[in-house]
Amino acid sequence: MYTQAMDIPGGPKAVAAATPEEAARNSAFDARIAADLKIEPRDVMPEAYRKTLVRQISQHAHSEVVGMLPEGNWITRAPSLKRKAILLAKVQDEGGHGLYLYAAAETLGTSRDQMVDALLAGRAKYSSIFNYPTLTWADMGAIGWLVDGAAIMNQIPLCRCSYGPYARAMIRICKEESFHQRQGFDIMLSLCKGTAAQKEMAQDALNRWWWPVVQMFGPPDKDSVHSGQSAAWGIKRISNDDLRQKFIDATVPQAELLGITIPDPGLKWNEERGHYDYGAIDWDEFWRVVNGDGPCNRERLATRIEAHAEGAWVREAATAYAEKAAARELAGKRAA
Amino acid sequence: MVAAMATRVATKTTSPEHIDYLLRLGDSSLVLGQRLAEWTGHGPVLEEDIAMANIALDFIGQARLLLTHAGNLEGKGRNEDALAYFRDARAFRNVTLCELPNSGIAKGHGQSADYAFTVVRNLLFCAWQTQLWAALAQSADAELAAIAAKSAKETAYHLRHASDWTIRFGDGTPASHERAQAALDQLMPYTNELFATDAVEEVVAAAGIGVRGAELHAGWKSLVQAILDESALKMPVASAFQSTGKSGIHSEHMDYLLIEMQSVARQHPGAQW
Repeated sequence: MYTQAMDIPGGPKAVAAATPEEAARNSAFDARIAADLKIEPRDVMPEAYRKTLVRQISQHAHSEVVGMLPEGNWITRAPSLKRKAILLAKVQDEGGHGLYLYAAAETLGTSRDQMVDALLAGRAKYSSIFNYPTLTWADMGAIGWLVDGAAIMNQIPLCRCSYGPYARAMIRICKEESFHQRQGFDIMLSLCKGTAAQKEMAQDALNRWWWPVVQMFGPPDKDSVHSGQSAAWGIKRISNDDLRQKFIDATVPQAELLGITIPDPGLKWNEERGHYDYGAIDWDEFWRVVNGDGPCNRERLATRIEAHAEGAWVREAATAYAEKAAARELAGKRAA
Repeated sequence: MVAAMATRVATKTTSPEHIDYLLRLGDSSLVLGQRLAEWTGHGPVLEEDIAMANIALDFIGQARLLLTHAGNLEGKGRNEDALAYFRDARAFRNVTLCELPNSGIAKGHGQSADYAFTVVRNLLFCAWQTQLWAALAQSADAELAAIAAKSAKETAYHLRHASDWTIRFGDGTPASHERAQAALDQLMPYTNELFATDAVEEVVAAAGIGVRGAELHAGWKSLVQAILDESALKMPVASAFQSTGKSGIHSEHMDYLLIEMQSVARQHPGAQW
């Protein structure tokens, strides 16, 4: 999910080639992009393309890992054993997505340790959606249905992105995300068919998650900083506003089926456009959360920092043991 | 096929000990699964987050099969969720080992979870389950035998995971060795409960359904001792301590676990999820 942060300021900008050799390399790259061929780790690529990808893929990986926290918050309290098992499996999948994405980013020459250090030092972003709290069980439904639904909209185009390892990781991830989205909708459906209190819980979750989810697609196209270059490089295939529209159009009938109300009085079918019109998005809220002042930014980062620090002795033990085992094996070979 | 077997057993008169025995096994898996699930998102390294979630998931899966079976035999219309969410601590039959917090046996909130405690507990428990499933694969309760055969495959993986990490800790750094030894020293007394044959086990063993705890001890001890030898960890001196969770008398930690696990379900009794 989580390409939203792609479009926020602070990343590298495309720069002109510094030398004739670099210009020649860039033109080989441009030819592959123009022919819609995949770029593979050993292919030549402009430094700015490499940096943009490392930033985007690592942000995506961090989002998966930080995203384990708001849902992990409800595993121990899931109200049935079946739901507990499904939620555990889903959060485990997110860890798996983080792993493939770190591996894809590592093919660009940045180690996982470097990427994790950047996250923990607050230099790297992750999707702002995870800076919102999960306050009731219904949030597990809303996250699956809406957050994962939005993620799929964002990610399906990435399955065709120009960088091979990222595109291939995304194909696998999208298959699992589609299961996540269905399980989220299924939670919502059970709540909406349930008691009055359950339905109220579902409506409350929709009220709290709707606008942050609509913001996940990133700033309006007119304000999007990196979209032009990313589109030219075949990293971004569909604009923020188009994806947002597609998401809203798909979600409105689902909410109707559930019998709950999307908290946007401006939401209305526009016959002429063939799309839903929607109300004004609070971009001040979006930027406030992106810039670190959302409800849970500090909490999420502190939790990741603590888990990493508490786990240091475990990682050190594994390294020390591996070194001892390798030394023993070598000594054994020498003796033989 | 499994459902058909369950029906066949249910048509015979089921002893209360038989149900109690199934609850011991199911509750132990459930409660340990619950503890391990607490790690999700907080593991020491991403690969371990994934592995521990996977192990927790297997335990929850075992619990679902065992509790469903117990509920069917009981014949009072209690399904897995009625048993998991609407019993109080005294009705839970898990061994005490499983309910201890991930931070260790010290009481009070605010302790950080300790991966050594978690891993060493898994070693001790999964070595026991290894013996248990091998014996129960021959159970006269065909449903239980099928669950044991399925679970044995999972347990083989869980035991390997716990053994590998115990060895890494024992033979890793001085700090990891110390943590693993401290965990072992705290946990070992709780294993006495696993091997303390009681009246329930006598009845189910006589019926060919279950196994006497004492019969599993020798196999368990040699499995655990082999891993400790490789880890350079010392087997603690045997103690006379007896925990009694399997008879429903739990540690002080148990209620907190249940209050958290059952909170949403109990706020909405009768709701479907």
